[in-house]
Amino acid sequence: MALDRERLYERLGVKPENILVVKPEPTFWTRLYVVEVFKGMVITMRHMLTNLFAQGRMFTLQYPELQRTLPPRFRGRHRLMKKEDGTPRCVACMMCPTACPADCIHIEAADSPDPNVEKIPVRFEIDLMRCIFCGYCVEACPKDAIRMDTGLFTNLAATRREDFVMTMDKMLSE
Amino acid sequence: MDLNLHWAVQLGRVVLMWIFPLGLLPLMIWFERKASAFMQDRTGPNRAAIGPIRLGGIIHPLADVLKLLGKEDVKPTQVKGLYFTLAPLIAIMVSQLLFIIVPFADSIHLAGGTIKLQALQIDAGVLYPLAVSSIFVYSIILAGWASNNKYGVLGGLRAAAQVVSYEIALGLSIVGALMVYGTADLSEMVRQQGDLLFGFLPKWGVFVQPLGALLFLVAAFAETNRTPFDLPERDAEIVAGYHTEYSAIRFASFYMAEYINIIVASGLVVTLFFGGWQVPWMSTERLRDNAGLVLQVLFGGMVVVGFGAAALTIPWHKRLARQYKDLRRLEGRVLGVAFAGLGLLGVAGIFAARSIVLPDWGPAAVAALVQFSAFATKTLLFAFGFIWVRWTLPSFRYDQLMRLGWKNMMPVALVNVALTGIVLLWVGGR
Repeated sequence: MALDRERLYERLGVKPENILVVKPEPTFWTRLYVVEVFKGMVITMRHMLTNLFAQGRMFTLQYPELQRTLPPRFRGRHRLMKKEDGTPRCVACMMCPTACPADCIHIEAADSPDPNVEKIPVRFEIDLMRCIFCGYCVEACPKDAIRMDTGLFTNLAATRREDFVMTMDKMLSE
Repeated sequence: MDLNLHWAVQLGRVVLMWIFPLGLLPLMIWFERKASAFMQDRTGPNRAAIGPIRLGGIIHPLADVLKLLGKEDVKPTQVKGLYFTLAPLIAIMVSQLLFIIVPFADSIHLAGGTIKLQALQIDAGVLYPLAVSSIFVYSIILAGWASNNKYGVLGGLRAAAQVVSYEIALGLSIVGALMVYGTADLSEMVRQQGDLLFGFLPKWGVFVQPLGALLFLVAAFAETNRTPFDLPERDAEIVAGYHTEYSAIRFASFYMAEYINIIVASGLVVTLFFGGWQVPWMSTERLRDNAGLVLQVLFGGMVVVGFGAAALTIPWHKRLARQYKDLRRLEGRVLGVAFAGLGLLGVAGIFAARSIVLPDWGPAAVAALVQFSAFATKTLLFAFGFIWVRWTLPSFRYDQLMRLGWKNMMPVALVNVALTGIVLLWVGGR
């Protein structure tokens, strides 16, 4: 240990005589333990009594029953917006898969039956196993068709990999 | 006294002293979990409920016991079967044997005889718990050895070394007290602690033997393997020590034995150094002469506690209703009504105590009740102290433990014996 320290001083270019090591010298009372033990016990008791009589002010949240209110810009699970007639707003322009850094959005486009719209998506899937919830897809969308404001972030569990893939129907219904 | 009554009394005493630590067991586990949580700014267990009743998590120990009873009784293939089964049995049996030596109230004169309120009266007195508690460590060593597991053996070895080191300090710390009291009989010791020192201080062991009391307390921590001295089950180093291989109800036996040991150790500390069943400044005669008044004060306490607790619990409703949608939201109201009922019972008790003339055995029964409550309260306070210390102090390293035991506590205990002798010669006692 002493050797290590000397080597360290040498490497740092410090002379050992220039180093001041401050070690708290144990006094008689600290060596007796009893007083120090009592001091420590006063601290724990203070914590216990404070928490006992002010349980409402405790930081713990009784989770499933009480939940934290999320900030308005919280990025949760995605949803797809609809037009007034109920069809998806998405025009399959491929902006979001282009912007996506995790490469998790897969869109298949098809011709639209509506002559005023060029394309519609027939398949719009987000692989939640890949998604990093960065929100770039929301920023990229020119039609405000995808949003991340569902506030859902916990029910992201499934037993099979396929179940993590969000389909278009599911995202439209949320 | 006729024989039937004699046996009934004996049975009653033994059963009471058997039930007492067992009944406090869930309370101890609750203390351990809830107090530790509050000391660390956590909420602790609070969800298990019977209907609306949660009682701040006290249902959890009961649920735990049910769970452990229902678990598969795993017996690994490498263990030594008979000893593996025997070890938890020894642990739970020995820990329950200890408490019967402790006196819990003054003797009662009844039906022409004297009933000592102490389940086991033997001349060895204070030596009995010392001897029997030494057997407890056999269960730990046996468990460690029978597990056929390195961690288990290490835990057992540590337990053996620790008990050998600290039992010397434990025994020597009592010597001073034995010299002061001049007897090994625990009942007689407690009776002597009812006197007054300098006319105002109760002559409790802690005031005549402060050093002995401190040493005994520390050694008791070591005997019960509680945290500053928890080497046999230090989970950061040797997994779980001697009970690494144990599960289900066998593990529960060790777990329960640990808490029973705490209660026993607190009971012994209280009996030897903190006046046992003595209520300070209230001798048995004084309690018996004023039995009516004492009863009224007791019922008055019931009124205060009942209505006070009701006033605290009923306003919970708003918070609980916000949190829970099931029966648990009613807890505040249910408890509040129960506490208010207790308060009303207290009011009725006060009026009853004022009007009813107590029968012959009445005053003695009231005094015994008060003394038993005093004993139980003190024991619980010390048992809580064990938990309090556990969640405050870090534990000792092995060499620190040995140094404290052999080089500090043993010499100090010897000095205490010498000092006590000198002072006794000086003041001309015995």
